[in-house]
Amino acid sequence: MSLACWRIVVAVLIYACLVACTQHSGPNTLTFWTIGREGEAITQLLPEFERENPNIHVVLQQLPLSAAHQKLLTAFAGDSTPDMTQLGNTWLPEFVALGALEPLQARVANTKSIQPGDYFPSIWATNVYDGALYGVPWYIDTRLLFYRSDMLKAAGFDAPPRDWNEWRRMLAALSHPARGQYGILLPTNEYDQLTSLALQQPDPLLRDGGRYGNFESTGFKRALRFYVDTFRLHQAPPITNVEAGNPWVEFGRGVYAFYFSGPWNISEFRKRLPASAEGTWATAPLPGTDGEGAALAGGSSLVIFRTSTHKDAAWTLIEYLSRPDVQGRFYDLLGDMPPRRSSWSQGSLLRDAKAQAFREQLERVKPTPPVPEWEQIVNEMQLVAAQAVAGDLTIDQAAAEIDRRADRILEKRRWMLDHARPTTSAPP
Amino acid sequence: MNTQRAAWMFLAPAAIVLGVFFLLPVIGALVLSLTDYDLYALADIHNLRFVALANYWALLHRPLFWAALGHTVYFVAVGVPLSMLMSLCAALLLHSPLARCKAFFRTALFAPVVTTVVAVAVVWRYLFNTKYGLANVALGWIGIHPIDWLGDPHWAMPTIILFAAWKNFGYNMIILLAGLQAIPVELYEAARIDGASAWRQFRHITVPMLAPTLLMVGILTVSGYFQLFAEPYVITEGGPLQSTVSVLYLMYNEGFKWWNLGSASAIAFLLFLIMFVVTACMLRVERSEVRA
Repeated sequence: MSLACWRIVVAVLIYACLVACTQHSGPNTLTFWTIGREGEAITQLLPEFERENPNIHVVLQQLPLSAAHQKLLTAFAGDSTPDMTQLGNTWLPEFVALGALEPLQARVANTKSIQPGDYFPSIWATNVYDGALYGVPWYIDTRLLFYRSDMLKAAGFDAPPRDWNEWRRMLAALSHPARGQYGILLPTNEYDQLTSLALQQPDPLLRDGGRYGNFESTGFKRALRFYVDTFRLHQAPPITNVEAGNPWVEFGRGVYAFYFSGPWNISEFRKRLPASAEGTWATAPLPGTDGEGAALAGGSSLVIFRTSTHKDAAWTLIEYLSRPDVQGRFYDLLGDMPPRRSSWSQGSLLRDAKAQAFREQLERVKPTPPVPEWEQIVNEMQLVAAQAVAGDLTIDQAAAEIDRRADRILEKRRWMLDHARPTTSAPP
Repeated sequence: MNTQRAAWMFLAPAAIVLGVFFLLPVIGALVLSLTDYDLYALADIHNLRFVALANYWALLHRPLFWAALGHTVYFVAVGVPLSMLMSLCAALLLHSPLARCKAFFRTALFAPVVTTVVAVAVVWRYLFNTKYGLANVALGWIGIHPIDWLGDPHWAMPTIILFAAWKNFGYNMIILLAGLQAIPVELYEAARIDGASAWRQFRHITVPMLAPTLLMVGILTVSGYFQLFAEPYVITEGGPLQSTVSVLYLMYNEGFKWWNLGSASAIAFLLFLIMFVVTACMLRVERSEVRA
């Protein structure tokens, strides 16, 4: 009986919350969901927006990254989506397939302040499906190398690596596993590093319009071999990011000479390492297989939900957040890099040498395959890669296993594409 | 006739609540488990396919499901006896007439139960850190090499079992303590007069008198431990190499991470079936022992 009582109490509470929420949203109240750290920084940008637009009131809800995906899907299933949200560009295909997002190309065409040509082309392209635009890039994320310039110099290397061979030589020279020193940290439960290496290859990761995996291609196997060899040669410790604990301090201590990560770590390193260490580390674009290489095009876009009743107000906020001066302040607050070239030609972004490697790499980034199942596939890819790192699978076995899992995940998509009904929104 | 109607009216509120919040969802989940409900079906219900038992069939052919089941059974088979042994020992110590400051120790030993899983899991993650953790430092004092507690696929589950046993033994300890206090003192008195040793008193008085309580505690613990989820979710996220993925964790991933509600429901029903069989077996063993 006590269980039943609890259920009634919970039901009443949920009802009370619903009533409270609906009363909260007035006619000009815009609900905006943010994910992760962006939610804190944006609170400092909103007062100016509300001064400029006194008739719009923004209600911000901050979702933690770990819970954001399911919260957004649950909101869609329960018809309680906000007016607009921040959405990672690997999640965008899912919400486009759901038909949850408002097409934006007509609004962009009528707006002077948002010029598609000013954006890095790969990032803009991740928001376009079947010719329709569903989001405006907000900030951009790519993975490149942080390195200890002093350690490289001591080992006789004056410049960061330009290609994989050179990189391998540096890793070999800087790894002393017996002393607990490694060339690089590659957490075995993070897929961005292997994905970045795989995107440098000419072979696409999925084939036949995203119907099947293409992981047995020569290109992917080359990337996987390079990745796995780094562990087999003891140039990276086979640990997850849970065990890595505090990689920033360890990088500062010289436990790792390279650190393969994203833009937010510029400010993390500055925060966690003493000011005197500033000259000992630098950033470099990701070395390619033979020369200049591509890299992952990640980041978040701003999207408006189809069911929103405040689309004009939401668009006003997107325009405000896309202004180069606002994007510059956003970078200063958080280190999130702007997706527009004009935002880069001003303020601290222009002056910061450590940001310039990102600027260079952003011209060469490549998006991941735009299928809703990508996140699931890339998770499986990393699980199998971790098995290969542990020595349980050979490169060929691992590639075949990833293909097998990807094909299983894509089964429904193949059926959808083969039975596409003209009336419903087909998947991208 | 009238009394029957009155009875139904009294039962109705509870029956309606149970029906709406328990029975209907269970039936809904059963129906879901026969379909391939996923993201595409969420977008447009016309994309839903009836697949009969294909979800179950696919699960039985999926190595990860068997691995998850193996990890869960491992957790139950080692965790339940360990946790109950800890509870029993703690209860016996607290019940002993020699014990001092009983109220303090009772509270102290019960404390882990009321702590938040997430908070203590973070503390345990530090304790079992390979490089800086206290556990390895302590091992170092007695000359044992550091163990990669959470990074080695062979050690991660034992660490989680240890954590779960520590976190939960206090609850059973309180129940067993109540069971111990219900045993009449005269029985021990009589045994002492007959010259029975402490061990024989325990073997022939405490254990038989405590048996019903032990069985109930056992069943509750087994069904609780089968639902292993929070510990690997917070401490290891299922890793390393998926060595701490439990059945429930797999279901959570399928259902709420990838939104494959069809196959997630199938996992839930398979887990229910397994728990039902295990509990039924335990009850049968108990009944046959009572008869014997």
